[in-house]
Amino acid sequence: MFESIGISPQELFGQVLVGLINGSFYAILSLGLAIIFGLLNVINFAHGAFYMLGAFVAWLLLQQADVGYWWALFLAPLAIGLLGAVLERTLLRRLYQVDHLYGLLLTLGFALILEGSFVYKFGSSGNPYPVPELLRGGQDLGFMYLPNYRAWVVIASLTLCIGTWFAIERTRMGAYLRAATENPTLVENFGINVPVMITATFALGVALAGLAGVLAAPIYQVNATMGSNLIITVFAVVVIGGMGSILGSVITGVSLGLLEGVTKVFYPEASNIVIFVAMAIVLLVKPAGLFGQEH
Amino acid sequence: MAEATSTRPMLQVRDLHAHYGESHVLHGVSFQVEQGQVVTLLGRNGAGKTTTMRAIMGVVPKRTGSVSSSGQELIRLPRHEIPRLGIGYVPEERGIFSSLTVMENLMLPPVVRPGGMTIAQIYELFPNLKGRDSTRGTRLSGGEQQMLAIARILRTGANLILLDEPTEGLAPTLIQQIGKAIVALKQLGFTILLVEQNFRFASTIADCHYVMEEGRIVDRIANDELSQNMGKLHGYLGV
Repeated sequence: MFESIGISPQELFGQVLVGLINGSFYAILSLGLAIIFGLLNVINFAHGAFYMLGAFVAWLLLQQADVGYWWALFLAPLAIGLLGAVLERTLLRRLYQVDHLYGLLLTLGFALILEGSFVYKFGSSGNPYPVPELLRGGQDLGFMYLPNYRAWVVIASLTLCIGTWFAIERTRMGAYLRAATENPTLVENFGINVPVMITATFALGVALAGLAGVLAAPIYQVNATMGSNLIITVFAVVVIGGMGSILGSVITGVSLGLLEGVTKVFYPEASNIVIFVAMAIVLLVKPAGLFGQEH
Repeated sequence: MAEATSTRPMLQVRDLHAHYGESHVLHGVSFQVEQGQVVTLLGRNGAGKTTTMRAIMGVVPKRTGSVSSSGQELIRLPRHEIPRLGIGYVPEERGIFSSLTVMENLMLPPVVRPGGMTIAQIYELFPNLKGRDSTRGTRLSGGEQQMLAIARILRTGANLILLDEPTEGLAPTLIQQIGKAIVALKQLGFTILLVEQNFRFASTIADCHYVMEEGRIVDRIANDELSQNMGKLHGYLGV
């Protein structure tokens, strides 16, 4: 049936898979952005830089210390979480009382410095990162060939997203986080150390971005601008999904990745802009986003 | 040691000053609440009753003077350590979280001391909350939200409770129900500082009243001397 419209099923499913992979990254990154915005009121423009940094930490660990993928999956988010905690404690903390715009400017500046120094040190060309041995090869599904690593990325990111959703919506710590998002002062009046919680939330949010960077390293090449290329799209995803809901940002991320992939098959010229067209339409129809709450 | 603390007032406020930005709101407030008492702060709108509570809890950050609980000074403590001394706060706006269910709201404040009430005891005091576990907190009626705001503090083991206008905007039957609950809490040994506009309600449950005007305590009236002081009180409250 696909042949009749001039499209091979291989091509279609191949792009659906690419869309699913991109969508998984959109989902992890927009999830972190939404959590950070909810509690800190900061639009974290450095999120893409933390993602890039995650990939670089993995690459450097392999190049310099011969530390492989599985360790990197643990060490890179840890390092980036710590860096995030330092950034929050030393700089971001000073901006909570002032307009959103200052947090946005600070994180944007931080991202530019980080990205600039990586371009300076490592150049802007891509550095390949090998697929870990355990995940090489793939499965022939009949209608398409599924590389094992790509299957792993989709499963790992969805597990991460669902895990994060569970932690926020179904645990005691999550209840603290939701309550502090609404009324931090009252939560402190109950005896909870909200400033520490804010640091931890920012650290976890950017650690998620770092983890996404490690997952991405074998698929995209590791380079200094990989974050800024992705983050613009991720912000569009956040605008479309709305800042309100965790599950919303996951669903929006994955579906927009798919939309982008499918557009590549049917009308390749539009694939780079389809998400922004979707954003314009959503903003016209539902300004708070698909899952957002109007204020 | 235990003897020494028991003779100190449960809450002692001395020369408390507080500022909102540039404006000086409390001008040296002093009063005390003994263990097991119910004490009210009375006064017109804007007299500084709510600000006094907020200054005690550290919600108003710019404050000087002394606030101590059982002899322990708390004015320099970080905000999240004040409740750890066994002080529970029920704010005027009730502060029920809309993104949390009734059960999550109830379980939110961490236990600060042993001896808090169990969920079963809380349901006995506020039967309206029973069976509403998975309802969003803000779907409850105003009266039920007030009960929930009080209930969640009772779980924590706090023995001094700051109640800011618990009857505000409630129907008479609900006011009665909240009043009964406060009497029950007093019998259980809780110490309560109550801000109340509804003077008639306050007189049924309090041991003593402090009257505030323009950020100062201007009078102290024991509840059993209330009838002799009615005229004076009407003057203060402008009723």
